[in-house]
Amino acid sequence: MMPRGGTLLRRIPWTLVVFLAALIVPWLGSRYDTLIATLIAIDALFAVSLNLLLGTTGLVSFGHVAYFGIGAYICGILMKTYGVAFTLALPAAALGTAAFALVFGFFCVRLIRIYFAMLTLAFSQIIWAICYKWNDVTGGDQGLPNVPYPDFDWLSSVPWFGDLRVDDQFYLLTIVIVALSLAAMQRIIGSPFGRMLTTIRENPERAAFIGVNVRAYELAAFVVAGGFAGIAGALFGISSRGVFSDFVYWPKSAEVMIMTILGGMEHFWGPVVGAATLVLLNDEITSYTEYWPLVLGIILLVLLFVFPGGIVGGLVAGVRRLRRRAGRRAGA
Amino acid sequence: MSALFGQFLGGLTTAMFLFLIASGLSLVFGVMRVLNFAHGSFYMIGAYLAWQAVQWLRPLFGNFWLAVLAAALGVALLGAIVERLLLRHLYGREELYQLLFTYALVLILGDAVKAAWGTQQLSVSTPPILVVGLDVFGATLPSYNLFIILIGPAIAVAVWLILTRTTAGRMVRAAALDREMLGALGANVGLIYTGMFVVSSFLAGLSGALVTPIQSIVPGMDVSIIVDAFIVVVIGGLGSFWGTFWGSVIYGQVLSFGILIFPGFSLFSVFALMAVILIVRPWGLFGRPLR
Repeated sequence: MMPRGGTLLRRIPWTLVVFLAALIVPWLGSRYDTLIATLIAIDALFAVSLNLLLGTTGLVSFGHVAYFGIGAYICGILMKTYGVAFTLALPAAALGTAAFALVFGFFCVRLIRIYFAMLTLAFSQIIWAICYKWNDVTGGDQGLPNVPYPDFDWLSSVPWFGDLRVDDQFYLLTIVIVALSLAAMQRIIGSPFGRMLTTIRENPERAAFIGVNVRAYELAAFVVAGGFAGIAGALFGISSRGVFSDFVYWPKSAEVMIMTILGGMEHFWGPVVGAATLVLLNDEITSYTEYWPLVLGIILLVLLFVFPGGIVGGLVAGVRRLRRRAGRRAGA
Repeated sequence: MSALFGQFLGGLTTAMFLFLIASGLSLVFGVMRVLNFAHGSFYMIGAYLAWQAVQWLRPLFGNFWLAVLAAALGVALLGAIVERLLLRHLYGREELYQLLFTYALVLILGDAVKAAWGTQQLSVSTPPILVVGLDVFGATLPSYNLFIILIGPAIAVAVWLILTRTTAGRMVRAAALDREMLGALGANVGLIYTGMFVVSSFLAGLSGALVTPIQSIVPGMDVSIIVDAFIVVVIGGLGSFWGTFWGSVIYGQVLSFGILIFPGFSLFSVFALMAVILIVRPWGLFGRPLR
């Protein structure tokens, strides 16, 4: 028999609660809180898009930052250099990034395991080199400063929203876009296509044996993950008021991977928890010490050796153990 | 003509430096299938230890060479500690965990270096015997560069002889092919792995120490060098030792002549080369097709 508390907790639509809580941040928190919340939302989207490869399909991509960066550059260049509206620039960034992911992914999925990781890393460094050197388009090492915010004038007559600061308005837009993207990804993972990706993760040989084109499925996952990473990058470029070549540098690929593992890659919401934890920890720890990388390295070691399932994995295992104990007591 | 030859020699110097670094990376990957991001950190620590040893050994004669040796040995010791205490527990696990473990080392060692030596640039002067410039077919070559050009192949041949002509080398090659079978035959595979990692760390420390006379020592040299070393290993073919050697020669030349052909885009020419090689031969120039 299920304990009553369990069913009650289960009945609460947690996703909706988190979404609504995120929406009211601008009215309750300070400007700084909004900034942190924006970062969390963007990193959460980025990490979930990586997890579509890492956790769902079992592809270790060490170059996911390339697609984040491409999205940021496409959106930034369109909005700043050509004055394109955000409503066009964002889809263009998503589609453009997906196109890059299609080309690079085509070569990457021919390789397996560690070789796949190496090639994704290599392509991300190619993108970095181009962004770092192509002064005329990407601004080179100076980057593209002053990417404009989307136009929020239409909001000015709306009560409640009109008198918000522009970064608060952008935060609300970010939350909505991230929520829609996460919902879309959850649908994709739950669809027959997503199930097949998990099958491929579990046993690629068997999947191939029953007639599945493993590479095509992997490539499709790569493209979808790339597109969503591009959306995250586009949002990040605007929220950080500029696009710089650092966005594409390889350690950032490792960082998003740490977020994913920290939260737990076996659960859809794991990377979201990981992103939130890491952003908040970073904010807390950098106020005490400049040695954030050291702390992050130690967290990573503890994670690898003690909690390989991440936070969500650990929580789920803990709850399961408690429930089993309760069940045994009820049965006795 | 002599300008082109000078360009060639410059490329060769870069190549041999890269080979010193990438050889250790390639050995560890070839035998242990571990892609070691921390190899760049070991290289950086080698450079800092060399600087430190030069400061301490200043009153002694010939201190640079002693410092290089001390630095390489220090990094080898660090490698031994890392392998014995931590890395060995991850051998059976997925690649992802091994990758992230070595990345955790990058983060920790990078900050440790900053804490120990600060963030300002340090430099070591070239040993007096090797400051003179040499005239090679009309191109001027600093003798230190000639020394590097010679030491690269020397190390390559030494490692190759050890791998092919000694019992230890045979064991290492056997471990690369089939770890379980070698263990079942009674060999101490754990010891072979430790030994391999120590040798690789030694090479990283050595290259870091040797780079000090021509490059300033700064934090961040770990993260930038490791990708270059990866590229060399990928071009040559993962797990192929000679592939790494020729990969670095090609890398050095493309970088060096790329500057002449596309000024400002030489970095790009190297990446483009790698992309082309990986598209045509995903297993690298000297690697074997993988399944």
